[in-house]
Amino acid sequence: MRKLALPDEILLSVQQPARYIGGEVNMCVKDPKNVAIRFAMCFPDVYEIGMSHLGIQILYDMFNRREDVYCERVYSPWTDLDKIMRRENIPLFALESQEPVKSFDFLGITLQYEMCYTNVLQILDLSQIPLHSRDRGETDPVVIGGGPCAYNPEPLAEFFDLFYIGEGETVYYQLLDAYLDNKKQGKGRLEFLEKAARIPGIYVPAFYDAAYYEDGTIKAFTPNNPHAPQKVTKELVVSLDDAPYIEKPLVPFLKVTQDRVVLEIQRGCIRGCRFCQAGNVYRPLREHGLEYLKHYAKQLIETTGHDEISLSSLSSSDYTDLPELVNYLIDECSAKGVNISLPSLRIDAFSLDVMGKVQDVKKSSLTFAPEAGSQRLRDVINKGLTEEVILKGAAMAFHGGWNRVKLYFMLGLPTEQREDMEGIALLSEKIAETYYDEIPKDQRHGRVQIVASSSFFVPKPFTPFQWAKMCTKEEFLERAYIVKNKFREMKNFKSLKYNWHEADVTVLEGVLARGDRRVGAVVEAAYKSGALFDSWSEYFDNSLWIKAFESCGIDPDFYTVRERSLDEIFPWDFIDAGVSKEFLKKEWLLAMKGEVTPNCRQSCSGCGARGFGGGVCYEDKD
Amino acid sequence: MKIRIKFKKQGSMKFIGHLDIMRYFQKVMRRGNVQIRYSEGFSPHQIMSFAAPLGVGITSNGEYLDIEVTSTEDSKTMIDRLNQVMCQEIQVLSYKKLKDSSKNAMSIVCAADYTLTFRDQHRPRDLEDFFKELEEFYGQEQILIVKKTKKGQKDMDLKPLIYKLELRGDAIFMQVSTGSKDNIKPELVMEAFYESRQRQYPPFAFLIQREEVYGLEDQTGRKIPLEEFGEDIE
Repeated sequence: MRKLALPDEILLSVQQPARYIGGEVNMCVKDPKNVAIRFAMCFPDVYEIGMSHLGIQILYDMFNRREDVYCERVYSPWTDLDKIMRRENIPLFALESQEPVKSFDFLGITLQYEMCYTNVLQILDLSQIPLHSRDRGETDPVVIGGGPCAYNPEPLAEFFDLFYIGEGETVYYQLLDAYLDNKKQGKGRLEFLEKAARIPGIYVPAFYDAAYYEDGTIKAFTPNNPHAPQKVTKELVVSLDDAPYIEKPLVPFLKVTQDRVVLEIQRGCIRGCRFCQAGNVYRPLREHGLEYLKHYAKQLIETTGHDEISLSSLSSSDYTDLPELVNYLIDECSAKGVNISLPSLRIDAFSLDVMGKVQDVKKSSLTFAPEAGSQRLRDVINKGLTEEVILKGAAMAFHGGWNRVKLYFMLGLPTEQREDMEGIALLSEKIAETYYDEIPKDQRHGRVQIVASSSFFVPKPFTPFQWAKMCTKEEFLERAYIVKNKFREMKNFKSLKYNWHEADVTVLEGVLARGDRRVGAVVEAAYKSGALFDSWSEYFDNSLWIKAFESCGIDPDFYTVRERSLDEIFPWDFIDAGVSKEFLKKEWLLAMKGEVTPNCRQSCSGCGARGFGGGVCYEDKD
Repeated sequence: MKIRIKFKKQGSMKFIGHLDIMRYFQKVMRRGNVQIRYSEGFSPHQIMSFAAPLGVGITSNGEYLDIEVTSTEDSKTMIDRLNQVMCQEIQVLSYKKLKDSSKNAMSIVCAADYTLTFRDQHRPRDLEDFFKELEEFYGQEQILIVKKTKKGQKDMDLKPLIYKLELRGDAIFMQVSTGSKDNIKPELVMEAFYESRQRQYPPFAFLIQREEVYGLEDQTGRKIPLEEFGEDIE
């Protein structure tokens, strides 16, 4: 029998003990004694969320291909087990070997959203690893951060030994080799960090000092160690088909959020929406080849036994060979009883035809993401979706039998006026009217259902909106009420539904997204007073954060509602993410004028990503 | 063609709940390329049913599920093929063909065997004494208990529903009524025993293992292990 870290008495007294036992199909089994490096790969949220993340599965597979490395998984213990582990002083363990994380060489933590930052501290704390990098000794694991939030790692700078900026497939082996070399030479932690700092994409926060002006903005950000470069350039896989994909994904017992085969068809996006961080930091767009995807689709269905396959990308409709890929999947999957899910598709004749084939029209809904309620504001954010396209797509879909529509918007976008807010209700109404105009009474399946949801806009680093002033909580809510009231005036009010996101958590996300090193103390104070699982609305407690800001003497408004000047040094400016600050500035100014920028396939706007030497920048130019 | 599969669920797999085991086997069927039949309709599902759900925390040497297939290889090949795509702690033990007229396992389940072993720290100091008391308890004419149900409380006599209760080595062996009617869990029997001695039932005292599940044979009224309703495919 596999040895478990927790006794039956504990496992049988917590919710979902399967979260903590490992042993899933396709789990990598190695003898820890026979490897040189033990790597704990962590997603700082509950198992069902963490197991749904594609990136970790790719790295897990890639690390474990090396015989000298054993990569294991770690997730946040849920609040019930968290209490027991603290009370009984049980160290956090990895799922595979069930051995304590503190005995590992590395602890890698992926940072997918800002609201997981207190969970990062929980992971360190339960692992019995000192929270601060400077307090760690030779026997503590090297703590690495990665993922999208590593594009502004500064609020977490104190807690990590190093950050890996960019895509994980490229220099991890190099980093592990540097670790082995260092060990062989009998050198210590500091020497390893110095070696790591020389590897492209690796940022060692302790090797940099930040100086501030009296007004609190950054005066200078300078290396204090000769091995640390001035700029850290993000890592990127130039040719996706040459990078390893997963041969045998883990198949969890529990029903996880993403309980299906996930096939990444491309990385990056050509669209250039000005609010979108992913669309900027993953530039340039790179596609997988059709044959590569066919091969993996078949293989992954066979090795997992999943009953569903989903395509993953920022905008699937932009994939060049989409019709061929989808037709292949339909042939391959229908024989095996496997469903196909196609998220992020633009609604047009092709996608409606495909969706009609792969899903039950009566049960599914159409999704549009206009993001803003008026054409003027959609131009500001460079979202190339027009009202005409939406209404035409909706009409086509209604004729095809759909009668449920989901609409996604943001509130609090730069330059937003009352008309833009009210436009959300007006556009929803027009879609409802389209249904009643297009579909004769005797052919309707009941009332059309339109659900509009709005989230509140958070300016993110490495986007043209990184200069934008964010709304206060009160302004956000005021805007939501304006929209809500406008919905009440609509003729088809009964067919429309409007939801909005919580405002407290959005403001906090805004602080953490554009925060600097000084914000780390707030995260720590909030954690120590009990903040945990902040991305779970039932656990988020804003009062803990308000107290933390007060006790640290930090004003959250400085990070959110302050106007930033065009020449301000941002905490993340030492990172070269490919898109240049000059380009982002130009885009910010165009946004203020309401001018759109063409997408990468229409014409190159010179964002800077061409320097990586691949992807869409070189299409039709070889 | 109807197939009955017997499997064991050991070690850490006792923490996997019944619904997750069902989903696990759906994936096993696809990984193992079993020619399982699907229901009709827009979202077809595999024709598969389980005999008797097993509680979380209990291991088993005798779990059952029935499936329907359009074609199959012989039993030995199928057992090997399935075990290759399963976890080590869940393994198929038999794969048998049922008569087309057979009722599914769930509807004929009537009894199950369990062994209960003391966890080390819960071992009574005087084992002989403990077993003697247990025999006395089982020797009663009636074992009246109050069973908590969803609707409230119900008085019932456990005695006729405990078919066997004996000692096997250091373990307690029992055969109890199982199925949609009168489903008796071994914990319920032990709780009643502790209560009869005016003692609190220690919930983690025993490692519980299901050993076999029986079905009621129509013609004879005999209880026979579910796998014996089918035949090996040569």
